[in-house]
Amino acid sequence: MTQINFSNLGAAATAEQKRLAGYKAMLMVCTGTGCVSAKAFSLLDNLKEEISKRDLDKDFLVVGTGCNGFCGQGPILVVQPEGVFYQRLKKTDMARIVEEHLIGGKPVEDLMHRDLSSNKPIHKMDDIPFFSKQKLIALRNKGLVDPENIDSYFARNGYMALKEALEKGSPKSVLDEVKTSALRGRGGGGFPAGVKWASCMAAVEKTGKEPVVVCNADEGDPGAFMDRSIIETDPHTVLEGMCLGAYAIGAKEGFVYIRKEYPLAVTRLEKAISQARDRGLLGDGIMGSDFSFDIIIHRGAGAFVCGESTALMASMEGRAGEPSPKYIHNVESGYKDRPTVLNNVETWANIPVIVDKGGKWFAAIGTGDVSKDPWGGSSGTKVFSLVGNINNTGLVEVPMGITMREIIFDVGGGIPDGREFKAVQTGGPSGGCLPASLLDEPVDFDTLTRAGSMMGSGGMIVMDDHTCMVDVAKYFMEFLKDESCGKCNPCREGTVTLYGILDRITSGKGVKGDIDELERISRVMEAGSLCQLGATACNPVLSTLRYFREEYDAHIDEKRCPGKVCKDLITFTINDECNGCMVCAKRCPTNAISGEKKAKHTIDQKECIKCGICNDVCKYDAVNVE
Amino acid sequence: MDVAKIDTILRKYNGDSDFLIEILQDVQAEWRYLPVDLMRHLADELGVPLARVSHIATFYKAFSLEPRGEHEIQVCMGTACHVKGASRVLDAMSRELGIGEGQTTADKQYTLEAVRCVGACGVAPVVVIDDEYHGDLMPDASAKLIARHMKEGAK
Ligand SMILES: Cc1cc2nc3c(=O)[nH]c(=O)nc-3n(C[C@H](O)[C@H](O)[C@H](O)COP(=O)(O)O)c2cc1C
Ligand code: FES
Ligand code: FES
Repeated sequence: MTQINFSNLGAAATAEQKRLAGYKAMLMVCTGTGCVSAKAFSLLDNLKEEISKRDLDKDFLVVGTGCNGFCGQGPILVVQPEGVFYQRLKKTDMARIVEEHLIGGKPVEDLMHRDLSSNKPIHKMDDIPFFSKQKLIALRNKGLVDPENIDSYFARNGYMALKEALEKGSPKSVLDEVKTSALRGRGGGGFPAGVKWASCMAAVEKTGKEPVVVCNADEGDPGAFMDRSIIETDPHTVLEGMCLGAYAIGAKEGFVYIRKEYPLAVTRLEKAISQARDRGLLGDGIMGSDFSFDIIIHRGAGAFVCGESTALMASMEGRAGEPSPKYIHNVESGYKDRPTVLNNVETWANIPVIVDKGGKWFAAIGTGDVSKDPWGGSSGTKVFSLVGNINNTGLVEVPMGITMREIIFDVGGGIPDGREFKAVQTGGPSGGCLPASLLDEPVDFDTLTRAGSMMGSGGMIVMDDHTCMVDVAKYFMEFLKDESCGKCNPCREGTVTLYGILDRITSGKGVKGDIDELERISRVMEAGSLCQLGATACNPVLSTLRYFREEYDAHIDEKRCPGKVCKDLITFTINDECNGCMVCAKRCPTNAISGEKKAKHTIDQKECIKCGICNDVCKYDAVNVE
Repeated sequence: MDVAKIDTILRKYNGDSDFLIEILQDVQAEWRYLPVDLMRHLADELGVPLARVSHIATFYKAFSLEPRGEHEIQVCMGTACHVKGASRVLDAMSRELGIGEGQTTADKQYTLEAVRCVGACGVAPVVVIDDEYHGDLMPDASAKLIARHMKEGAK
C-alpha cells in the first residue's frame, strides 16, 4: 500500500482517473438499500457475468454504488460517462443492455425513465426533472464513486481539501472558512458549525483538556435516510470532514455513533476507516504532517433519544442513553467530560467542499444575508428524503430557499393516482405538518420553524387526501411515548396522556374539551421537559390543530374520519362496479366477502375487520370506504 | 454458558466497558437473547455493577431477555411506511403468524417486531426478514410472503 503524502496524492488521483478513462464505459449499479430490496446485488452479478461471457471485462467496468437517489424507480443502472439512466431493471434486461447499448451503441429506450406528461423516454439522467433541479454538495459523489474503494474517492479530488489545509493552511484557516460559510447543523437544530467549533476551542483553552469530534449517525427521524445514504455512498467525505474538523479544533480522537439498524452503512464505514488508515490518512502523522487523528465507531442499539447530544455521549460511554440537563454544554464538557464537537453526518460531508471551494462560495448559495451573522439565513443546500404519497420517491439535495412546491411538484413529480396534496411533514417527531397554503414558502431553517414545523434532519413525508391528520398526530405520539426515556415527568406522562386523548378521538370517543386538553398539556411539556424530545413532542399535535382543526372537529362532533383511515369510523362496502371477479373474496383474511362468480359481491359487516385488502386488490374501484 | 465464546467477544473490545453496548449486541446476536447468568458474568469480567448491565439490557430495543425466534421479522412503522399503510401490513403479518407484535411463535421460529424506519423509505412499506429487505410490500403481498417463507422453512 503506498502511503499518501503531500506530494503523491495528486498522482494517486490521476492514476485512478487514467485507469477509469481506459474503459469504454462504467456501469454504475445502485446498491443502496432501496435497490437492494429490489434484488440489485443479483443484478450486479448478472451484469458482470454478461460482460465476462463476452470477454468485455477490459472495456466495461461494473461498479456497485451507494444510493442513486431515485429509489422509487429501482433497481437503477447509470452508464457513465454518457449518463444514460436505466430503471426498474430485471435480470433479463442485463443481456439486452450489453448487446444493444454497449455493443450495438443503441441505448435501450424501453428501460428508460419516461416523462410524466408526454410519456417519452428520457435518455440522460441530468434531463430527468427529478435530477435537474437538484444541486449536489454533500451528495456530489453519489453514483460516481465506489464506496468501498478509496482510490475512487481520490479520483474525485478526495482528501485534497485536507492536504491543502495541512500543507498550506492552518487550523485557523479551516475554522475561518467554516465560519464564513455560515453552515448550520444539518441534524435538526441548525446551530452554526463555526460558532460551535470556536466555543469548543475556547473551552480547550480554559480547561486544558484534549477535545474530541463526534459524528452523529444515529438518524432517528423515522422516514429519513439521508445520513445512511451519505455513508453508504461516499463514506470518505464524512471521514475527510471529520479530519478537517479535528485539525481545526486540535482533536486527536474522533467517534462515529451509528445506529445498528444500518448494517451496510456500518460495514462501508469500517472499510473506509481501515483503508484510510492503510494509506496514512488516519492515524499518526497524517500525510507525513505532524497532525494525528483516528476514528472509532460506536454502534447504537435502538433508542431514538440517543440522537440527542447528552444521551449520545452517555451511550458512547457504554451506558443507558438518558439525557442530562444542559447547564453545561457539550462543547465544554461532553464525552468523558472533555470538550466535544458533535455534528451530524451531512454537516461533516459539507466540510471538505467548504474548505476546498471557500466559505464565501458556500454562503452565496441559499437564503438570507449571512455575511455578518450565521443566524441571518440558511446557506448551502439540504438533503431531503422525499417520500410518502409522491410520484418520485427518493433522496434529493436542493438549495436552501427553494419552495415546497418546487420540491414536491417539480422534483417530486406531484401526487400519484390522481389524488390531492394534503400535507407535508418535516422535522420528524419534533416537527409538524404543513398544509397546501404554505407550498410557496421557501424551505429554510427559520421559515419552517415560524410555520410551526422545523427543518429537522431532512425527512419530508408527503401526504395525500387519504391521510387522516389526527391519525398522523397519534402516530407520532405513539412513537414519542415509546421513545421517551422516562427520566422527566412532563415528557413521560405528557406523551402517554396526549396519546390517550388522540386514541380516544380517532376511535370515535372524543369529547368536547379534548382539544383544549391537548393544548394545555402541550404547553406544560414545552416548558418543563428535560430535553428537546419532550419539549418538541407537542409539535405534531399543535401543527395539525393549527392547520387541520376541521379534521379534529369531524372526528369529535360527527364521529367521521375525513381521510377514511380511522377503523372505528369507516365501513367497507361493494358498489355496482363489481363484476364478480372473486379476487377480493379469495384474499379476504376473514372470509367476510361472499358472492357468485360474475355477480356483485357483498361484505358481511360483522366479519369485516377493515383491513382494507379488498380495496387494495380490487382492479375495478368497486370498494367504497365511507 | 459458553465461556470461550464470551471471551472472544470480550477480547474483540479489549474488555473495555465503554463498549458494553456493543458487547451486549454481539451476545444478543449469538444467543438471540441476554441470559441473566451471562449478564452477571459480563458484569464481573468488566468490573461494572450488574445494575448497569441490566439497565442497558432493558433500555435499548435491540436487546431481549427472552429468546427471540430463529427468524426475525421487522415491519417498518416509520412515517413514510405509516402513510403507505404499514399498520395494515403489521396486522396482516400478525394474522398470518398468529402472534402479536413483539411476540415469538410457539415453535420459536419467528419473532414479529415493529421497528421505526429501516432507512429504505423510498420503497415504503418495508419489511425486513433476517436482514433481507422487501420493499413496496402491501398487506396482501406481505401475508403471501410469510406464508411462502413458512412453507419453505418447513421443508
Ligand atoms: C430527541 C432528539 C433526537 C435527535 N436525533 C438526532 C439524530 O438522529 N441525528 C442527528 O444528527 N441529530 C439528532 N439530534 C440533534 C442532536 O442533538 C445535535 O443537535 C446534532 O447532532 C448536532 O449536529 P449538527 O449541529 O451538525 O446538526 C437529536 C436531538 C434530539 C433532541
Ligand atoms: S437505493 Fe437505489 S436509488 Fe436509492
Ligand atoms: S419509514 Fe419505513 S423505511 Fe423509513
